[in-house]
Amino acid sequence: MDLNLIWFILVGVLLAGYAILDGFDLGVGALHLFAKGDKERRLMINSIGPVWDGNEVWLVTGGGALFAAFPDVYATLASGFYLAVFLLIFALIFRAVAIEFRSKQPSSLWRQSWDVAFSLSSILSAFLFGVVIGNLIWGIPLGADKEFHGTFEGLFHPYALLTGVMVVSVCMMHGAIYVVMKTEGQFHHKARGWVKNCIIFFMITYGILTMATMLYAPQMVDHLKKHPILFLIPVVQLLVIANIPREIYHQRNFMAFVSSSVAIVLFMFLFGSGIFPNMVHSNPHPEYSLTIYNASSSIKTLQTMLIIALIGMPLVLAYTLSIYWIFRGKVKIDEHSY
Amino acid sequence: MDLLILSRLQFALTIMFHYIYPPLSIGLGVIIVIMETMYLLTRNPFYHKMTRFWVKIFGLNFAIGVATGIVMEFEFGTNWAAYSRYVGDVFGSALAAEGIFAFFLESGFLAILLFGWDKVSPFMYWLSALLVCLGAHFSSIWIVVAGSWMQTPAGFHIVGEGITARAEITDFWAMVFNPSSMERLAHVVSGCWIAGAFMVLSISAYYLLKKKHVEFAKVSMKVALTVALIATSGQLMTGRISADGVAKRQPTKLAAMEGHFAPNAPADYYFLGRVDEKNHRVSGLKMKGLVSYFVHGDFNKPVQGLEAFKKEDRPPVGIVFHAYHFMVMIGLLLIFLSVTGTVLLWRGRLFDTTWFLKILVPSVLLPQIANQLGWMTAEVGRQPWIVYGLLRTSEGLSKAVQASAVFTSLIMFTFIYVLLFVLFIFLLDQKIKHGPEGLERETQRHRA
Repeated sequence: MDLNLIWFILVGVLLAGYAILDGFDLGVGALHLFAKGDKERRLMINSIGPVWDGNEVWLVTGGGALFAAFPDVYATLASGFYLAVFLLIFALIFRAVAIEFRSKQPSSLWRQSWDVAFSLSSILSAFLFGVVIGNLIWGIPLGADKEFHGTFEGLFHPYALLTGVMVVSVCMMHGAIYVVMKTEGQFHHKARGWVKNCIIFFMITYGILTMATMLYAPQMVDHLKKHPILFLIPVVQLLVIANIPREIYHQRNFMAFVSSSVAIVLFMFLFGSGIFPNMVHSNPHPEYSLTIYNASSSIKTLQTMLIIALIGMPLVLAYTLSIYWIFRGKVKIDEHSY
Repeated sequence: MDLLILSRLQFALTIMFHYIYPPLSIGLGVIIVIMETMYLLTRNPFYHKMTRFWVKIFGLNFAIGVATGIVMEFEFGTNWAAYSRYVGDVFGSALAAEGIFAFFLESGFLAILLFGWDKVSPFMYWLSALLVCLGAHFSSIWIVVAGSWMQTPAGFHIVGEGITARAEITDFWAMVFNPSSMERLAHVVSGCWIAGAFMVLSISAYYLLKKKHVEFAKVSMKVALTVALIATSGQLMTGRISADGVAKRQPTKLAAMEGHFAPNAPADYYFLGRVDEKNHRVSGLKMKGLVSYFVHGDFNKPVQGLEAFKKEDRPPVGIVFHAYHFMVMIGLLLIFLSVTGTVLLWRGRLFDTTWFLKILVPSVLLPQIANQLGWMTAEVGRQPWIVYGLLRTSEGLSKAVQASAVFTSLIMFTFIYVLLFVLFIFLLDQKIKHGPEGLERETQRHRA
């Protein structure tokens, strides 16, 4: 295994960490308006209260790692998707603001406006992440100069819209399970109903997306054809997803959450292995694609960064686990709450 | 307007707005650790509740810092893609290290400070405060290292030619300890401590004037004044060292800072002045040859002026000169305030010297302005280079981005940041008006 591959996997790990963690809090945001009344909505926001900020750090660090390990990918995507990137960032800023400010005034108009802002910005963020993923699968027009030669509107083709919706549905399912895990009583029962509906929504988008991918982006399954053993991944993934309602039924909510996290990781794996060795697939000129080799930093930098990651990542995992451990259990509203 | 100007404007807007918050986090972090240490040592709940108030201010500040920080993480790629490709191998590692070593630490343990009040032991709480503070400082280390590399690049070589040329790292530690990084770091961190200290001084002075939360304000003020005194004197020293470094390594920047045009003459130091950029003249109150003395230890030795350099290699003078001089003046004023406060405290008159408290309330703005001016001096003084002597700012732009797109994002940023700032002030005001909680009973005990 060479350094370029290791870094492709490491960037993937950071982004998968982001998808699992911010995935559920974006999902909680997407479901927010289904919670009725101030009490339920406070439970929603406070369930993610201590952790959403830390979850976003995974995105920042994933971006930093991409910059360091694959500067051309970072530069091409950020400048090529210019307006989309800023739209995403604005959505994330709005979301942060909504979380922080909602509880600061008792007026119901104030709170309901921030509720809408929180929910819409969460949905928009998840959707835009999906659009980016859809474009990476579909391919974007690149030139020999490694630069993007398309347009902003061009990013929103039907396949990308479909992946956008699909990511929203994954987040909603993941978020609904998280809410079930963090709440009790009447609201808990309501959230259990959400899980069921979210799984249905998710399965529909998943099915359509799978068909669309086989038909229109068949290169994504080339690796599965060449290495049939990899076909186990989608099979395991389906089993894991089927396991969610089972765990929920048996009140093993944490295991349901683990299942949906595993499903997300497997999605990232399928995505990563599907585009490999490309990082940005060029369409219509595949010869201009950015690969893990032609877009990477020097071996020296990849080595140095690997040392940094080997020191840093165990620390990061230790912090993350201890924070989640300290804030385990059902969410309670108290004077420190949002 | 063209792409270069719009992109620079947007970067300036986003970085300057962002930079309101990190210095406060770093400075308040130090003060929170001191207060929580006092609690751990004395077990007097008064100090613990004091921490709690400042933690709330910290939390608000941190939230906006993160929101505006995500922008910075991606803006190198969005607007400066050519720069990102050119320096990613070197600059990217510092940025990634910041993420891994600093942000996780800071954001993770802040959750305990904000929400874990009754979930962890006093020792764990203290440890969390320490780790948050360390995280904030680590972040300043890596980002200043990255920024300093752009001023005094080291530990790299250039590979390839033409549009495929890029900087590749040869020596990681030479990059980290590039010639200016440590002196700039010291200068930046003391600036941050001052920002935090004056925030606490300002709010405490306000309480004293209003005769609210008096005991709380007095203790907070003592802590903050100590930090302010240390940091402002540190700022003077590190400022001198930094200026020496600039003189040695970035002659065009020094010439712009001092408004020194003549190619090869002794350079004067202006205490107050105005630059006429067209006619290459500076007028004002000056001390003859003082800059020469600073640089060479001799009032009559010549210093290279701007005219010694090609026109296309000179930074804009007016903005650098004025930003630099303003910063120095504010710095001196802050030292004066810190010393005066300490003397008054020593004489036991600090808490009822109304005129001084009235000055302290708005003084929170001074370090903020000085910090911004300092960065303006550093970054505009580096122009026309994005990496000094290596890559021009105009060469760093994104090729795939149109001016109209930058115009759109700039408008959106302006709108959102105005909104964000208004909300920040509104909430800060609310938290201050609300004041620290549950201190009345503790105050009695503290007095006894």
